[in-house]
Amino acid sequence: MIKTQTQDSTPSFLEYKGRFKGLMGWIFSTDHKRIGLLYLYSMLVFFSIAAILGLMMKLELMAPGKTIMGAQTYNSFFTLHGITMIFLIVVPGLPAVFGNFFLPIMIGAKDVAFPKLNLISWWIYIVGALIALSAQFFGDGPPDTGWTFYAPYSFRTGTNMLPAVTGAFVLGFSSIVTGINFIVTMHRMRAPGMNWMRLPLFPWALYGTSWIQVLATPIVGVTLLMVVLERTLQIGFFDPALGGDPILYQHLFWIYSHPAVYIMILPAMGVISEIIPTFARKTIFGYTAIVISTLAIAFVGYFVWGHHMFTSGMSGVALYTFSILTFLVAIPSAIKIFNWVATLHKASIDMQTPFLWALCFLFVFMIGGLSGMVLGALSANVHLHDTAFVVAHFHYIVFGGTGFAFFAALHYWYPKMFGRMYDKSWANIGLAIFFTGFNTLYLPMFYLGMIGMPRRYYDYVDKFHGPNIISSLGAMFMIVGLIIVITNLVRSARHGVIAEKDPWKGKTLEWTVASPPSLENFEEIPTVTDHPYNYD
Amino acid sequence: MTDNTHIDEHRDDEGAKTGMWIFIFTELLLFGGLFIVYSVYRYLNPMAFHLAAQELDTFIGTVNTVILLVSSMTIAMAITSIQLKNKKLTLILMGVTILLAVVFMVNKYFEWTGKISHGIFPGSEILHQSSQGEILFFGLYYAMTGLHALHIIVGVGFIGYVMWLVKTDDVKHDDYVILENSALYWHLVDLIWIFLFPLFYLIT
Ligand code: HEM
Ligand SMILES: [Cu+2]
Repeated sequence: MIKTQTQDSTPSFLEYKGRFKGLMGWIFSTDHKRIGLLYLYSMLVFFSIAAILGLMMKLELMAPGKTIMGAQTYNSFFTLHGITMIFLIVVPGLPAVFGNFFLPIMIGAKDVAFPKLNLISWWIYIVGALIALSAQFFGDGPPDTGWTFYAPYSFRTGTNMLPAVTGAFVLGFSSIVTGINFIVTMHRMRAPGMNWMRLPLFPWALYGTSWIQVLATPIVGVTLLMVVLERTLQIGFFDPALGGDPILYQHLFWIYSHPAVYIMILPAMGVISEIIPTFARKTIFGYTAIVISTLAIAFVGYFVWGHHMFTSGMSGVALYTFSILTFLVAIPSAIKIFNWVATLHKASIDMQTPFLWALCFLFVFMIGGLSGMVLGALSANVHLHDTAFVVAHFHYIVFGGTGFAFFAALHYWYPKMFGRMYDKSWANIGLAIFFTGFNTLYLPMFYLGMIGMPRRYYDYVDKFHGPNIISSLGAMFMIVGLIIVITNLVRSARHGVIAEKDPWKGKTLEWTVASPPSLENFEEIPTVTDHPYNYD
Repeated sequence: MTDNTHIDEHRDDEGAKTGMWIFIFTELLLFGGLFIVYSVYRYLNPMAFHLAAQELDTFIGTVNTVILLVSSMTIAMAITSIQLKNKKLTLILMGVTILLAVVFMVNKYFEWTGKISHGIFPGSEILHQSSQGEILFFGLYYAMTGLHALHIIVGVGFIGYVMWLVKTDDVKHDDYVILENSALYWHLVDLIWIFLFPLFYLIT
């Protein structure tokens, strides 16, 4: 199998004493593992803020009329919530945290190809985040356009758009730099014997993701730049008064942002593909099919952006084409679901917390994907566009898919990252509450959308009241679950029992090194002689 | 071990170049977005674009094209001369490249100020009275050549930095990948201009 040596004598990357001490030893460290954790901690902060904003919006929707905030506040809340969650959490999320930490280890390398660039990309991330968030504190009030910055509103609104748009632009850079770094790492630094078809599936997913990051982000970058120029220099790109076309903005925005949803979900699928075989103690069913479908998603995902604009005004041919392609792109995702389920068939399953998170992922991801098919149908879309249904759809996918996978990954790799184990029963209780709350929160929103409740309003007519109460209660329940989950993890980083090297009986390379790994990961670069997930 | 980095020993020229190539793709896509916008608006306003393009001075445009092509050549020659261990010639060739870039920028400066003194700039009175196609044309003209000029400045900074590395012998005949990368970047800047030039100056 895989030959490596343990190195209990060398200090772990957490204890390692480098050139700098204390905090400096972290924020100036080029160690991929420390950078991964830097991202994790920064995201935890941003996520908490955005989650509280979300909860407050749900409280506002508890009852019709003004409950706890007015229209303008509500508008700025969903804008900040969206910008934070999308650009600061789910787009960079899994690659920046777990990709950074585990990609080099899983391919048998000591670090990424450009460690300094890696650190710089974290700094760019922080700078971009601060610029975007600064919009809240000065100028003419927080932005209120939603995370999509639609023209002409984004250059007509009196609020402080410039920092928000510039921040998103800067964050794009960070994303591109990470993408380049991962692609080169995977091409150049795989351990001897680690050929492409022996690559574990999480690295494969990161590979597809990185290409999307590299090829799609520049388009949104230049689009946001155009909005900036439009606001500052009155260069008419999208302003009809200056001859521009607002619909063109939507095209450019979604040319990036639809592929971006695959930036969010592909690494999540990669995580699930790691967890399922480990706890099923079985080779993944259809490794090649998963690899091909990953690349197919990355590719076809470029050609479906029009499904966000079915009601914006497009030719009939364009409508049909985008609709058909949208249905097409669901196929590779479905293939993966079949692969995961087939892996579980007749397996001797070890029901541990990460596996339960993965199961919940399957459940919510399927609801999200199937509701996407409903939206991809032209006639249904006219009815459902811009309603609560869409909000439910993408929360099932983005929060349900990527969010659940993020927590699954955290519970799966936690012992490796921190060298300690969390309290498993509290983890399961937290998950149960979170999962119940999640569905109570978002399921009613499908119904609300179908009976016509529009999205992005702080107020609604009386007939929507009932389901909204349920949904808001679900939100509170979910937050309680979240608090339990996170508290348990934070507490266990110091007080948990010491973890073994391979607590879950995983077969990929990260389980062959110490927990937590040493600075150099491997004392000696391993030679790989077999496929990942070989349980025979 | 007192250093918390373990990468400095790791050297991979092939990897560094791959990274640079991918970065160049992203730059092309960045401009690609603007090219899409240009084509859409040109398609919608053919006459206005035709009229507006006649305002631009093809002569200055041609001179600038030649300047950039020659500078691409000099930076490529700088690589050859470092391979031949000729440090002095390398520095001269890189210096010439920077000089040509500066001449390009000076031309650009006169071109822009000329336009501005005629009252043609975003938000100006004169443009406000022109047709929408003309507003769009000049908006795109300033945005695209401006973004390109920004790339020239970045390129000059990059090449200047590498010149300093050559001077201190951090870049030598057997270790010059960063020089190659700066040259790649410079070719990109050149290439984009090769597209901008016909779009704004030649097609009328
Ligand atoms: C089975 C595959 C999927 C299909 C068929 C699908 C289809 C759609 C359609 C048609 C819309 C537009 C609805 C409208 O505005 O009228 C939409 C919106 C959205 N989808 Fe999906 N989707 C799929 C998967 C995903 C994934 C994987 C993600 C992210 C990880 C995602 C995230 C979103 C988001 C964020 C929006 C809303 C954007 C906004 O207007 O704010 N979807 N989806
Ligand atoms: Cu989409």
